Amino acid sequence: MVEYRIDRRSGVATYVQIVQQTKQALRLGLLEPGDRLPTAREVVEATAINPNTVLKAYRELEREGLVEARRGLGTFVRRTLGAQPADSPLRAELESWARRARAAGLDREDVDALFGSVLDQHFPTSDELFPEGDQ
Amino acid sequence: MSSTSTTPAVALAATGLGKRYGRRAAPALEDCSFRLPAGRISALVGPNGAGKSTLLALAAGLLQPTAGTLTVLGAAPGALRDRVAYLGQNKPLYPQLTIADTLRMGAELNPARWDAAYAARIVEEGALRPGQRIRGLSGGQRTRVALALALGKRPDLMLLDEPMADLDPLARHELMGTLMADAAERGTTVLMSSHIVSELADVCDHLLLLGGGRIRLGGGIDDLLAAHTLVTGRGTAADLAPHTVVESRTAGRGLTALIRREGPVDPAWQTEEPSLEELLLAHLRSPDAPALLTPATTAAPLEVRA
Repeated sequence: MVEYRIDRRSGVATYVQIVQQTKQALRLGLLEPGDRLPTAREVVEATAINPNTVLKAYRELEREGLVEARRGLGTFVRRTLGAQPADSPLRAELESWARRARAAGLDREDVDALFGSVLDQHFPTSDELFPEGDQ
Repeated sequence: MSSTSTTPAVALAATGLGKRYGRRAAPALEDCSFRLPAGRISALVGPNGAGKSTLLALAAGLLQPTAGTLTVLGAAPGALRDRVAYLGQNKPLYPQLTIADTLRMGAELNPARWDAAYAARIVEEGALRPGQRIRGLSGGQRTRVALALALGKRPDLMLLDEPMADLDPLARHELMGTLMADAAERGTTVLMSSHIVSELADVCDHLLLLGGGRIRLGGGIDDLLAAHTLVTGRGTAADLAPHTVVESRTAGRGLTALIRREGPVDPAWQTEEPSLEELLLAHLRSPDAPALLTPATTAAPLEVRA
């Protein structure tokens, strides 16, 4: 079961954080079709946020066709995002690249900047709210 | 959580509500009119002396209004005591009782609704022993027991006066989580006063801002934020007509202002939606800004009172 971590200082709206973390879990294969998302009650008990914030995030995920609410049962994953689970060859390549970058003396911010610029070059996005947009 | 698609039930309704503590004193509340829809988690905010504690005590039936009317879950304040939980700022508990005695008292005062296991769990999560006397507890521990007493009633409406002020960060997080879980499960209406805006922003979906004894802002937080815009640019406050300027500040040649939009904003201004904190601070700094209540929070226009 996915656990949400709310970063109060990020400046990203709380419901957007839930949407992003759900998508992240879908991308990494931590959530698969048929899996149940935690109930609003479970999320708010752990995170101390307003229940409507969770429902708003789940509605957004539903609108994007990623999950579906089944009455009285909960909210379930309908499809995954991206074809690359956590143990894919692409991830292995990226890991070896990251090791080389580190060996070459780059620090976290250098890598972040480099990765971000390559990402922007190959994956232009118009939606600022969801920078990892899945179009 | 109930949706707002149908006409929502009303938890609190005030019309022309006023409270004066003595003939000569300035009124603590004056001509206060609003509705709080059921199922909302509402932040009661305002400067010191704005009337927050007075409003909560009136709703709990502990004080009598000197003007106007107030209904609580459709009845007179105090009439439905078993469905309403009130937690005062000083957390009144009997110091000589043990925690177990205190919870037993809760059970006996609320025979129909008391949830003993739930109340006991809230106390145990704070590593408190049932045999400890209230006298020996810290302020934050007393708050936990008082919240267990309030939540154990499984109320429909919770009136909380500065509930989190003396809790450590972990206890605050846990108890807010417990409160939110209760609201998610049972649709409990919560009205709570606090000064800690960052905390309210996560927890609350509704706002009542009190100032000078009146409601200055009232409504769903999303709706209130969407009705306001932060603008920056070159110009003067007069250039921002026809919008309502809540607060404006000059910075060099530029101007920063919080406005209530009347139609589209001239694209020459840079615009951004304010945060809850920015919205509140702007209104607190500008006590003369006109009041704004969203339709669901505006008192029903059933009768006109002089």
